[in-house]
Amino acid sequence: MSGLSIENISMRFELPGGGHVQALKNVSLELKAGEIMSVLGPSGCGKTTLLNIVAGFLAPTEGQIVLNGHRVEGPDAERGMVFQQGALFEWMSVRDNVGFGPSMKGMPKNDKAEIVDHLLDVVGLQDFKEKAVYELSGGMQQRVALARCLANEPDVILMDEPLGALDALTREKMQSLVLKLWKETGKTIILITHSVEEALLIGERLLVMAPRPGRIHKEYRLPFADIGVDQDLREVKKHPEFAHRREEILGMIWDMEEEIMGRTEAAE
Amino acid sequence: MIPFLIYAAIFIASFFIVREVSKRVAIRDFTSLKTVTFGDESAVRSNRTASVVSILTLFLLWGMFTGSKLLPGFLHAPGPFEGVGTFEYTAQAGNDRDTAEVTVVVHPINQNTDAPEVEAGDGWAKNDSVAIGMWRSGLLRVDRNDEIGRGDGAQVVEVNGEKIAPGGSVDVGWGTVTLSDKGTPNIIPARGWQMESIWLPAPEAVWQRMVDIAQEGFRGSTLLQHLGISLYRVLAGFFFGALVGIPLGYAMGLSNWFRGWFDPIVEFMRPVPPLALIPLVIIWAGIGENGKVILLFLAALWIMAIAARSGVSGVKISKVHAAYSLGASKAQIMRHVIVPNSLPDIFTGARVAMGVCWGTVVAAELVAAERGAGMMIMVASKFQNTDIVIMGIILIGIIGFGIDMLMRYAESLLVPWKGKG
Repeated sequence: MSGLSIENISMRFELPGGGHVQALKNVSLELKAGEIMSVLGPSGCGKTTLLNIVAGFLAPTEGQIVLNGHRVEGPDAERGMVFQQGALFEWMSVRDNVGFGPSMKGMPKNDKAEIVDHLLDVVGLQDFKEKAVYELSGGMQQRVALARCLANEPDVILMDEPLGALDALTREKMQSLVLKLWKETGKTIILITHSVEEALLIGERLLVMAPRPGRIHKEYRLPFADIGVDQDLREVKKHPEFAHRREEILGMIWDMEEEIMGRTEAAE
Repeated sequence: MIPFLIYAAIFIASFFIVREVSKRVAIRDFTSLKTVTFGDESAVRSNRTASVVSILTLFLLWGMFTGSKLLPGFLHAPGPFEGVGTFEYTAQAGNDRDTAEVTVVVHPINQNTDAPEVEAGDGWAKNDSVAIGMWRSGLLRVDRNDEIGRGDGAQVVEVNGEKIAPGGSVDVGWGTVTLSDKGTPNIIPARGWQMESIWLPAPEAVWQRMVDIAQEGFRGSTLLQHLGISLYRVLAGFFFGALVGIPLGYAMGLSNWFRGWFDPIVEFMRPVPPLALIPLVIIWAGIGENGKVILLFLAALWIMAIAARSGVSGVKISKVHAAYSLGASKAQIMRHVIVPNSLPDIFTGARVAMGVCWGTVVAAELVAAERGAGMMIMVASKFQNTDIVIMGIILIGIIGFGIDMLMRYAESLLVPWKGKG
């Protein structure tokens, strides 16, 4: 069976001072190969925890992750990660960063160079190949991170707020790039974000999570990712349904945040 | 006090002079346009002119108060009296008074001079003469050649016509004459403000001594050998310290068990100054090379272990996660992520360790050594060779500074990504 299934994941751990946290409770979902899903939710809803479990950095207390028919036990090259800024290796050039995965596999130099060259073309950084990554702007660094992840040919790409630290304009360009890469490579992608617009634009599926305990609140299927592949994203945002969905989800998250605040105040 | 006032005066005067001059040739860069400079650390730049003037001032003061030949004479602080001075004393025995002259030759202390021959003169009090070294003083039994001496009841009652009693003093122009409790004149030629070379030799004397020692050696070893052996000890101690300390630090950064095991030891040894280990190391390993290298090994070990440990703990977890999800094995993570990421910390640690080692080796050589920079100044001080002591201190400072500069240069060359992560 191809695709990623998240089967009844729960995550509960003890706090050092006593008590416990139920970070996730009974989260289940299926992602077909080639689907792109964005995950939204107020802070503390467990979305990063979920992503770390899928990546294999955390072990769930219940349930399992199954990718292409086998159980996930730890981090692996089949599941690539793109982090927020700062996860590049600053001691390597752009070329070495992108070629890191192939190098680890012991790929012959020529093959590796070909992959790196191709990907740098795709993300538009061919001229910066020999630069140190800290010489690049934030947007360029995230393009390197995307290329580094793609160079490894993962089945699933997990993105943890990769565009969170970018300015609005760069962010929009990067969103287009993510959609383009998704269409061209046909990878399964999960993207965590705080921006409702970004979630709507990029997510073919959109998951809204609720906090305490972290759980799936609502799921949407959206047409905008497909439209956005060939269209200017600003045009997509003018779509009447886009505005409607945005208001709906914003309201939903707003209510959740209110509820958390209320609960915290009551507890105090 | 006087040197300090001169120093402060030069500090203030040069500030205003340089400010006036630099107003006319002002640099119009970005920082010069900042109006808020007080409190803006980035607007405070080290003033090169001030650094140069500062060093020149130190040498100027050094030269002034040692009568350096490198300075024109008018810049010298008043020197001690040198030459021939005279005074008259009047002795009284009963109602009988007589006056005689004392000739004093004040000579440089490093040359022997005999008291000059003087004529005895008239009366029962006879003329005297004495030779005194500069900066020194001398008691002179003026009555010894007199016909009526102290034993016969004669007493010195006046000097240069001024009344003087035991314990009192009279200024004779080129110095002071005091009378001891027993009535013996004590002649103190004026000392001036210059330092005697036994306290502080002139800059050129220090330089000359360095040239001599560089050519002839000191205590059986040349200057280069003394400094070289100290450097060799530092390098050997640091090398072994790093060789053990860095893997230890890595192990402590990567394993609970190692961290738990070595944390108490490292945290306990860290605040123990290496100097406090010198006696123990001498007891255990003697004063030879082994003892020195062991001491410096211990000095460098904890610093390098802590630096490597903090280098490992400083790795951003997202970098490690990224490497794992790119398919790297543990060994590859170590080689390609943890080691390069910890190099800046290790370099910082190495700089600190080299500084500490250099300080420790000098101290250890001060205590006991057959060769080395510290031994050189310790032995010199026992023979009052202040010029060698000062030369040694300057060379030790220059070498320590040079080591730090080299380390910084190596750092910028080898870990250009420092602080850029």
